[in-house]
Amino acid sequence: MKGKIAVKVDDLTVAYNYKPVLWDIDLQIPEGVLMAIVGPNGAGKSTLIKAILGIIKPIAGSVSIFGKAYTSHRKHVAYVPQKGSVDWDFPTTALDVVMMGTYGSLGWIRRPSTKEKKSALEALEKVGMLSFKNRQISQLSGGQQQRIFLARALVQDASIYFMDEPFQGVDATTEVAIINILKELRKAGKTVIVVHHDLQTVPEYFDWVTFLNVKKIATGPVKEIFNDDNLTKTYGINYKVSIQK
Amino acid sequence: MGIIEYIQLVFSDYTLRTITLGTAILGAVTGMLGSFAVLRKQSLLGDAISHAALPGIALAFLLTGAKDSNVLLIGALISGLIGTLWIRGITRRTHLKSDTALGLILSIFFGFGILLLTYIQKLPDANQAGLDKYLFGQAATLVESDVWLMALVTGLSLVVLLLFWKEFKILLFDKDYAQTLGFNTKFIDFLITTFIVLAIVLGLQTVGVILMSAMLLAPAAAARQWTNSLGMMVFLAAIFGASAGVFGTAISATQNNLSTGPVIVLVASVFVLVSFIFSPNRGLLFKRIRLIKNRNDLELQKTLSFMYHIVEDHDDISHPHAIRILNNFRGYSRKGLRKLVDKNYVKLEGDMWRMTPKGFAVAKNLYNQNGKND
Repeated sequence: MKGKIAVKVDDLTVAYNYKPVLWDIDLQIPEGVLMAIVGPNGAGKSTLIKAILGIIKPIAGSVSIFGKAYTSHRKHVAYVPQKGSVDWDFPTTALDVVMMGTYGSLGWIRRPSTKEKKSALEALEKVGMLSFKNRQISQLSGGQQQRIFLARALVQDASIYFMDEPFQGVDATTEVAIINILKELRKAGKTVIVVHHDLQTVPEYFDWVTFLNVKKIATGPVKEIFNDDNLTKTYGINYKVSIQK
Repeated sequence: MGIIEYIQLVFSDYTLRTITLGTAILGAVTGMLGSFAVLRKQSLLGDAISHAALPGIALAFLLTGAKDSNVLLIGALISGLIGTLWIRGITRRTHLKSDTALGLILSIFFGFGILLLTYIQKLPDANQAGLDKYLFGQAATLVESDVWLMALVTGLSLVVLLLFWKEFKILLFDKDYAQTLGFNTKFIDFLITTFIVLAIVLGLQTVGVILMSAMLLAPAAAARQWTNSLGMMVFLAAIFGASAGVFGTAISATQNNLSTGPVIVLVASVFVLVSFIFSPNRGLLFKRIRLIKNRNDLELQKTLSFMYHIVEDHDDISHPHAIRILNNFRGYSRKGLRKLVDKNYVKLEGDMWRMTPKGFAVAKNLYNQNGKND
């Protein structure tokens, strides 16, 4: 077990209309883990992230980041939304999107300067997209768009990263590039929380996992809890892990 | 009236100058703010707001008895804002989608407005009220104070736009993300919407409730075709809007009895049409031309590489072959062959063809390139 708790969720309940999407979630995410949130469609994975980030208002429950309320700790947290959540035909360039990652530390009204531009260019280089900096974003491939979103979060230089399906619709090369960046973040002591779909890659990519299906099924180190029992409980079918651990 | 005469008049005639200035400023501010409505995919919101303003105008008249346009515009502003809030409320609290909510509010408010207008017309001294000018607009009624008001709102929205530029941009592109960065997205949203409502209300007297939304959308839609930068889009939309105002006024002033509002809207629509067809990157014409050119190039490349496979097996690359064996190749055409001859890739001798060394080199290169993944 590692030291500090990065994210602590207590009694979190979220409902759209009448049906609960998340029910009474208690969750403690230790600092420095690379954690996957897995669960079937409609399990509330994205909702959990959005509720933690305050994008969705929960019915009950509380969230704390390093022991404090999230609102006072925003600068420690970066978010990579689902790629499909924005209109990629928006008139702007790759560099400009990455620059948005600096808006939070700039605050209201202040414009980004050369310093912000420099860190945006560095982030673009980290994700291997520097040569595309002036490209109109609609002309990027799905994988490239995902890298741009990742770069935008990297610019924030946060301690905790929430990512909503960063591997969705990307090719094998991009997937490797992204996971390498995530592993680098962990190496630097950051906490990375990823909504993930591909169960096969969980043991290879992550060291921590949360099983979610409206309720929290289990959370802990992949080595200890990523097993048939939890998978069956989460997915409701008799699931066998066909991968060697 | 001729063009020269008209231009002289714009500078000398007070009324014409006022109207031209007014429609130009109106076009600029609606174009500018319209860009945001278009990018937020709230194009129809403008239509709903302008229709929702009508009962406000009628009620303001009934309550105050004033014909003064500023008093009526305050009424329009209030009922426009109420309409907007109701649309928001309906989409948030019910299962109805925003297009349904927009349609509902638009027709309910407009119906109520028309009802009030007919009631007013039956009042004893109401004939002079002339409220029906707010239906289709009447630019001729613009006076200097109206233009000053427009200029004030335009200046104000310009300042707000420049101050909150990055906030507006991030809200438009990725609202959830903006929220995680600590921005009060509700406030930014409120700011944009308020200015859109203001611009619409300002235009009611000139263009009228029915056509007002075109002023908001047309310049922005046209501008989007020419640029991939948000700043440039807003700037171009303002220019297009202002030009539509100036040209529309000119056309309606030189052709008797053409009402100004509809002409301005038609001019703006021409801008849209031209932009949709002729803009270099997104325009239909150049898209089509690029498509045809790419297809032709590809066809040619396929023919050349088919020939390359035949030539490859011979020691002498320029060994002649019968043209008719090319018939086995589906993409082959006489025209394509002629083009290859023009490029000096192939030589024709009677019913035989020979590949030139140049053609061979190109084909080989092509083959290697397409063999690779890119």
